[in-house]
Amino acid sequence: MIPVIVVGIYLVIIAVIGSVAYTRGKSNTEDFFLAGRSVGGLVFFLSIFATNMTAFAILGSSGQAYRQGIGIYGLMASSSGFVIPLTIFFIGTRLWALGKKFGHQTQVSFFRDRWECDSIGTVIFVLSVVMLVPYMIISIMGGGRVLADISGGHVAYWLGCLVVALVVTMNVFFGGMRGTVWVNVFQTILFLLFGAVALAVIRHALPGGFGDYISKIADNPKTSYLVTRERMSPQFFWSYTLIPLSSIMFPHMAMMCFAARKVTVFKRTVIFYPLAIMAIWLPCVFLGVLGTQLVPGLKNPDGVLLHLLTDHAPVWLAGILGAGIISAVMGSDTHQVLAVSTMFTKDVFAHYGGKERFGESGSVVFARVFIVFVTVVAYFVALNTPESIFELAVRFAFSGFAAMAPVMVAALFWKRSTKYGALASTLWVAACLAGTWWIQRISDGMIPTPGQPPTIIFPAFGHLFERTIANATCFGFLPVVPMVFGSVVLMIFVSLLTPAPGEATIKKYFP
Amino acid sequence: MKKFLLFLLIAVVYLLHQDFWNWRVSHPLVFGFLPIGLAYQAGYSILASIMMAILVRTAWPKHLENVEGGEPK
Repeated sequence: MIPVIVVGIYLVIIAVIGSVAYTRGKSNTEDFFLAGRSVGGLVFFLSIFATNMTAFAILGSSGQAYRQGIGIYGLMASSSGFVIPLTIFFIGTRLWALGKKFGHQTQVSFFRDRWECDSIGTVIFVLSVVMLVPYMIISIMGGGRVLADISGGHVAYWLGCLVVALVVTMNVFFGGMRGTVWVNVFQTILFLLFGAVALAVIRHALPGGFGDYISKIADNPKTSYLVTRERMSPQFFWSYTLIPLSSIMFPHMAMMCFAARKVTVFKRTVIFYPLAIMAIWLPCVFLGVLGTQLVPGLKNPDGVLLHLLTDHAPVWLAGILGAGIISAVMGSDTHQVLAVSTMFTKDVFAHYGGKERFGESGSVVFARVFIVFVTVVAYFVALNTPESIFELAVRFAFSGFAAMAPVMVAALFWKRSTKYGALASTLWVAACLAGTWWIQRISDGMIPTPGQPPTIIFPAFGHLFERTIANATCFGFLPVVPMVFGSVVLMIFVSLLTPAPGEATIKKYFP
Repeated sequence: MKKFLLFLLIAVVYLLHQDFWNWRVSHPLVFGFLPIGLAYQAGYSILASIMMAILVRTAWPKHLENVEGGEPK
């Protein structure tokens, strides 16, 4: 029960910080949604990192390493450490400047203005919300599951989800972006320390050290794939380098960029970002592989770290580390809830007349009501829908947002890009997501057994569509590859075939 | 020339991520316990950080530092 008490204390601290932020807030949307564009220095770095990291960085990474081995680090962590800071450097800084100059608070507001078109913004809004909401729901599910696991079953899953949803709602409802980023500072420090502390504690409990276990894994032909990438195809590995393009296109990441106090705060963020990813992922992946020896035969490998900590760490420390995991869940979830609320308030409510009728403070009231509404709905959906559906939806969302990155790049750097090019790319992404979902569903009965080659889905098309254990692929590449390249091609060709934006707009965005 | 060199730097660092030569080997164990494939990718994370430091130093969008605020939308 001690871990539950420690996590309980942590949750109270979070709620208090959010409430204190409430007293500092003003009744306008820029303050509520973007903390008055005042997030600076270390707070900005820790917050944007918390926005991007979910429980997957701790539990999912170790679970995947338990199943697939060390390749997971290169597949997801080091590729993200390369791509995400680059996108923040090239795209995030420009978004910040345009937000500051023209008052944009969401990506949709920027797209509408940049391409002189309401409808393109609305189409992108719908696609973004469809891709973001499952992510928000699965965060609540993840929080509930972690609380249930940490407590050894004393806290029921429904209660865990309820506690996470309540704390997140309170935090965002009262504090808005300010409460969220203040809480993020505390949360990110906790989960950044998680990996190193867990590694040290488990190392201390193993008298022979790690080397013996890793050598044993490497020397056994049945387990040697865990310390190499022999079961990972190079196409699959390369495909994954496109996935982190999604990061900057997630609405909550873009909003964090808008919230920066000045552009120079991006400097340290982009330099330290790869190291922060390493600080979390490297110990978790390593411990996941080690877990195959220390706790073999797990039915749910995502729980491997919790098993290792329960077996090797003092209970109070297990509680603090559990709070670190919950931090990762809630850090991103609060930003997702805030982003969905911001988008509905700014891109729908205010855009279609709400601001004129109810003013700035009315918009903030709408946002707060919406926050309660969306988390209540998310909570009940989380309780009544299988997690596998949302896991799949979230995987697709990463591909979808990655394939929207060319639209953002064109908007920022290519004068000649047009709303029709953006519309063509967006519709392509939506069609690909629907198509991939369908192919994934119809190929569920063709999943190959571990170690076997992929199954051909439509023999008439040869290797065009294949099914691996987890994914439908296109010539062995993940769907994100044709999605991103199709999006680039459509953006270019359709833009060149359609009239350029007006001169006033070009001058406004490319002075 | 500077732009070209920076583009080249990004391209080379990107290519270094695809370490096909480590695909099927686990040894040597770096520090006695880290499989070489994992140690390489950890080193790659440090390289990515160094690359970003170079970009910040040499290609920072200084013109954005003077952007003035406008009306909220």
